[in-house]
Amino acid sequence: MSALNYGPDAVILKGLTGENWRLKDYEQRDGYAALKKILKEGMKPEDVINEVKKSALRGRGGAGFPTGLKWSFMPRSFPGPKYLVCNSDEGEPGTFKDRDIIRYNPHILIEGMIIAGYAMGIGVGYNYIHGEIWADYERFEEALDEARKAGYLGKNILGTDFSFDLFAHHGYGAYICGEETALLESLEGKKGQPRFKPPFPASFGLYGKPTTINNTETFAAVPFIIREGGDAFLAQGKPNNGGTKIFSVSGHVNRPGNYEIKLGTPFAKLLELAGGMRGGKKLKGVIPGGSSMPVLTGEVMMATDMDYDSIAKAGSMLGSGAVIVMDEDTCMVRAAERLAYFYFEESCGQCTPCREGTGWLYRVIHRIEHGQGRPEDLDLLLNLADNIQGRTICALGDAAAMPVRAFVKTFRAEFEYHIEHKRCQVKTGGYSNAAEPLQMAAE
Amino acid sequence: MSLLSALAKQKIDRELTKYPADQKQSACMSALAIAQDEHGWLSNELMDEVAQYLGMAPVAVYEVATFYNMYNLKPTGKHKVTVCTNLPCALSGGVDAAEYLKHKLGIDFRETTADGQFTLMEGECMGACGDAPVLLVNNKRMCSFMSKEKLDQLVEELKK
Ligand SMILES: Cc1cc2nc3c(=O)[nH]c(=O)nc-3n(C[C@H](O)[C@H](O)[C@H](O)COP(=O)(O)O)c2cc1C
Ligand code: FES
Repeated sequence: MSALNYGPDAVILKGLTGENWRLKDYEQRDGYAALKKILKEGMKPEDVINEVKKSALRGRGGAGFPTGLKWSFMPRSFPGPKYLVCNSDEGEPGTFKDRDIIRYNPHILIEGMIIAGYAMGIGVGYNYIHGEIWADYERFEEALDEARKAGYLGKNILGTDFSFDLFAHHGYGAYICGEETALLESLEGKKGQPRFKPPFPASFGLYGKPTTINNTETFAAVPFIIREGGDAFLAQGKPNNGGTKIFSVSGHVNRPGNYEIKLGTPFAKLLELAGGMRGGKKLKGVIPGGSSMPVLTGEVMMATDMDYDSIAKAGSMLGSGAVIVMDEDTCMVRAAERLAYFYFEESCGQCTPCREGTGWLYRVIHRIEHGQGRPEDLDLLLNLADNIQGRTICALGDAAAMPVRAFVKTFRAEFEYHIEHKRCQVKTGGYSNAAEPLQMAAE
Repeated sequence: MSLLSALAKQKIDRELTKYPADQKQSACMSALAIAQDEHGWLSNELMDEVAQYLGMAPVAVYEVATFYNMYNLKPTGKHKVTVCTNLPCALSGGVDAAEYLKHKLGIDFRETTADGQFTLMEGECMGACGDAPVLLVNNKRMCSFMSKEKLDQLVEELKK
């Protein structure tokens, strides 16, 4: 099988074919060398954490929190069990990178988690995997078996007195379980309703024990950091934005897919990797970090680099690294309507502003899209967004409010046209040339 | 009589080995998935049995079953087809694929064909947006790049 094309700068996804996911293949790609280095050289747990700090690795799950710092919050001398949890509940619309790690390079995640366990003195880990990717969950179970048989997992790893075991747990269709405390509730066998914080998971996590949660891609970056050094990782990106990052590009591009690029790479370069605009159309808008993040215009994006700080400066957030590309024929009202529906559907119902507010957002955009909008509706939407954001236990409320506010502000004229003329100004009236891949794939 | 087969119990037992001995409830989600795979949907009796097996209060099991979208709380057709129509998929034909299936099967979302073969559901992001249009058959089988031809083929295959 030919190589999968993740771009020339890939580190985590380097050298993958789709078939070479097994332990022996991973070992040939320097797999488990970082773990061996730690155990053979007797590297101290603090030194592992310091290396991660030096790398400027930031959490890849959405919030971009510095990973080394998070690891240093774990109480060192806590008596009794502590837990490590991987968040593979990838459900943020537009994001599909963790799935490729799990199915095509599962051992890099396993190795990263073992190292994290060592660094924080944790003996048991869980990987919570999105329920919809069942085949990949099963593959991960198989990879765990391989690692256990080879002595990388279990008691006395590679003959040392370090023990760590890791298990897979699957979700079953709830976006909210991507939120870390909802995920913990779910892992405990309950409804996934987020917990009030503080206490934070580092003091009260899974089963009430100290717990560290990171995203799949965050853990997968760790073996390189230990093997090549934190400085080498940092040098892949730029200060405060260390390393490469996998961007999931979807929408109106010729080659939707995952591309792993150095943080700080211009958006234009990423668009080029993804094959450019489908049908040669003009770029209208991009959501640069998953559906919860503010949409930006094509012009702004073309002048932006892909890293946490640059995207923040441009007015959005890097989030999970899901880049949703929309061309000139996309109706922005329809796009906003679909996302608003999603948050309405997925709100866990615990907090009133989110439970009621997401319904309001959806219904108001729905009526605008369906020719029943009122002139005051745009202010109403902004007001609703203000009354949700920052007023809920978890960030799902913010995730619903931010995109609506950005769609209304950035593409206000389009919303106004809908309200005034009771129809769409875009000739397709919807998702643009959406039907084309249906035909292309059929050829 | 037990609704859960010996094999299902074996599978649940394997899940239980993943969690601390005093945290059997953690296996609730997988136990419900295993039970549903065997019976097609989760009746109260079936959920009660899962509760008993895991030493949970029945209501705690109902809470889980009603919270997560992939559990069937009533019987479905033999093949439950869930099509992702979220924005990233919609930009690459997700809604068109769903409309095509509605037309072909003569049903709307959340409906079942008269012959009991197909139930159609609208799904949210499955974490596979690069492969749009995508759909799931009975929660476990993901089908990617679903062109009209591939949708036709799938329906033919499942009908058999
Ligand atoms: C509604 C919501 C959904 C989320 N979904 C995910 C997700 O699917 N995957 C993920 O890694 N983080 C998700 N997060 C972020 C997590 O709460 C958490 O910040 C992250 O897993 C921490 O890992 P990191 O520091 O490695 O990024 C979500 C947050 C919210 C509020
Ligand atoms: S939007 Fe359909 S799989 Fe992500």
